[in-house]
Amino acid sequence: MTLPAIKIDNVQKHFGALHALKGIDLTVQQGEFFGLLGPNGAGKSTLINILAGLLRPTNGNAAIMGHDVVSDYQAARLVLGVVPQELVFDPFFNVREMLRFQAGYFGRGKENDAWVDEVIESLGLSDKAYTNMRKLSGGMKRRALIAQALAHKPPVIVLDEPTAGVDVELRQLMWSFIRKLNKQGHTIILTTHYLEEAEELCSRVAMMKQGEIVALDTTANLLSKFAAKNLSVQLKSGHLPSSLLPMLKHQEATVFTLALTELNQVEFALSELRKAGAEVEDIQINEADLEDVFLSLVGGA
Amino acid sequence: MSLINEQTRGVFTLFKKEVLRFWRVAFQTIASPVITALLYLLIFSHVLEGRVQIYDDVPYTAFLIPGLIMMSLLQNAFANSSSSLVQSKVMGNIVFILLTPLTYLQFFLAFLAAAILRGLVVGLSIYLVALFFVDMPVVHLSWVMTFAFLGSALLGTFGIIAGIWSDRFDQMAAFQNFVIVPLTFLSGVFYSIHSLPPVWQAISKFNPFFYMIDGFRYGFFGKGDISPWVSFAVVSTFLALLVVLSLKMLKSGYKLRG
Repeated sequence: MTLPAIKIDNVQKHFGALHALKGIDLTVQQGEFFGLLGPNGAGKSTLINILAGLLRPTNGNAAIMGHDVVSDYQAARLVLGVVPQELVFDPFFNVREMLRFQAGYFGRGKENDAWVDEVIESLGLSDKAYTNMRKLSGGMKRRALIAQALAHKPPVIVLDEPTAGVDVELRQLMWSFIRKLNKQGHTIILTTHYLEEAEELCSRVAMMKQGEIVALDTTANLLSKFAAKNLSVQLKSGHLPSSLLPMLKHQEATVFTLALTELNQVEFALSELRKAGAEVEDIQINEADLEDVFLSLVGGA
Repeated sequence: MSLINEQTRGVFTLFKKEVLRFWRVAFQTIASPVITALLYLLIFSHVLEGRVQIYDDVPYTAFLIPGLIMMSLLQNAFANSSSSLVQSKVMGNIVFILLTPLTYLQFFLAFLAAAILRGLVVGLSIYLVALFFVDMPVVHLSWVMTFAFLGSALLGTFGIIAGIWSDRFDQMAAFQNFVIVPLTFLSGVFYSIHSLPPVWQAISKFNPFFYMIDGFRYGFFGKGDISPWVSFAVVSTFLALLVVLSLKMLKSGYKLRG
């Protein structure tokens, strides 16, 4: 049995009267591509900051590759790379210098330089390797920020909203590199607002709301469990009967989208429409996406 | 065995980064305090040379130089650690250091060593430039080196405390303008406290900067307002107190880790 990459036991964090984390339990196995989703203020960043040692838990324990983040913090931080959410940089140095310093803080020396160069190249920073951090564009700063987290080649990588405000080209480049790292055995934990991104990349996700995990499963299971299909009907005439209102997800003019938990509800919906005398112009059945799961779990008050 | 291995490389790297940080802008961090000290030297020696005699065989210009060296050394040691910390806090890039396995003690040592180095480089530069203007004897080199080291360590440590405590540049500037500058100006940089009225002489003895400057000056001339051993004891005690305080702040994660 290999050690879990991340093991979080009943972690609580209180800021005065605010209970930002109300007892989180979570285990992420080595090699996973794991997504942590939730609205602003759900506690995602608080949880990540506890893993990174930037915050101390009020209660509970967290360990990275078996090393407790408080009592064995040096070993825990050696195996962890964190991409912070804020676009921060050191204005005194160029990209390559910063990356070498960062690796040096982790005890890595010249033997690590080849890896630093690989990171620079993979993130499309080769042209900017000798450019001062201050002079980089926003997108380039973001790449440098990711590179800094990877400088010591950590087995566990946490990306806190890495694609906020990032253009499509960079997003693609970034994800192909992170995917490659994941294939090579690095564990990836990603927090994001972009649900398509999590759906596409993550094999397992946890959804957080107000300091608690409200769903934790494989992406596939969550999708099938919470909203199997969407049925869109466009009506030529008539109204949606009240018996179908509980299933209504949204309405755009005469197009009504109904959330189905099972496929045989299509029959029920159509017979109700017929009974109400509504004339159907068009029908579409779509796979639900993570956004539906997210909204059904997190969106409700 | 190499001095730098996996365990010590982290702290060496942080030290190197902190040194490069001021070295890259040496015009501002080294040349500018040297010029300022020279201006003081030119003006005060021009105005006061021949009018003020503190020790019988020491010209006023020579008397002034150790004070100016120490003043600049202290201010620059403080500026190095405090401005580096405040800047990386305001910019947010301090997170890159907080995410590493560096211990609080390593963090302290790297910032302190860089501050000491900057203080000593500024001090030595002023000394070398001053040699063009006046003969500077050094009677007790060991005292000169001891007080230069203790002074830059004390202010470097104070800079770490101020840097951690301050959330904004203006708060750090307040330390500089309301603590460091008044205490240095009132410590005997430009005069001997024996030339003061008795009340002010007594008050000056509560100023730790007085002991650093007097002990340092003793190293040059073999003369001072008080025994260098008393100064050594006072400065070492202050240094120990500030080191304990700053290590406590760093260990608790005060204002750095929530």
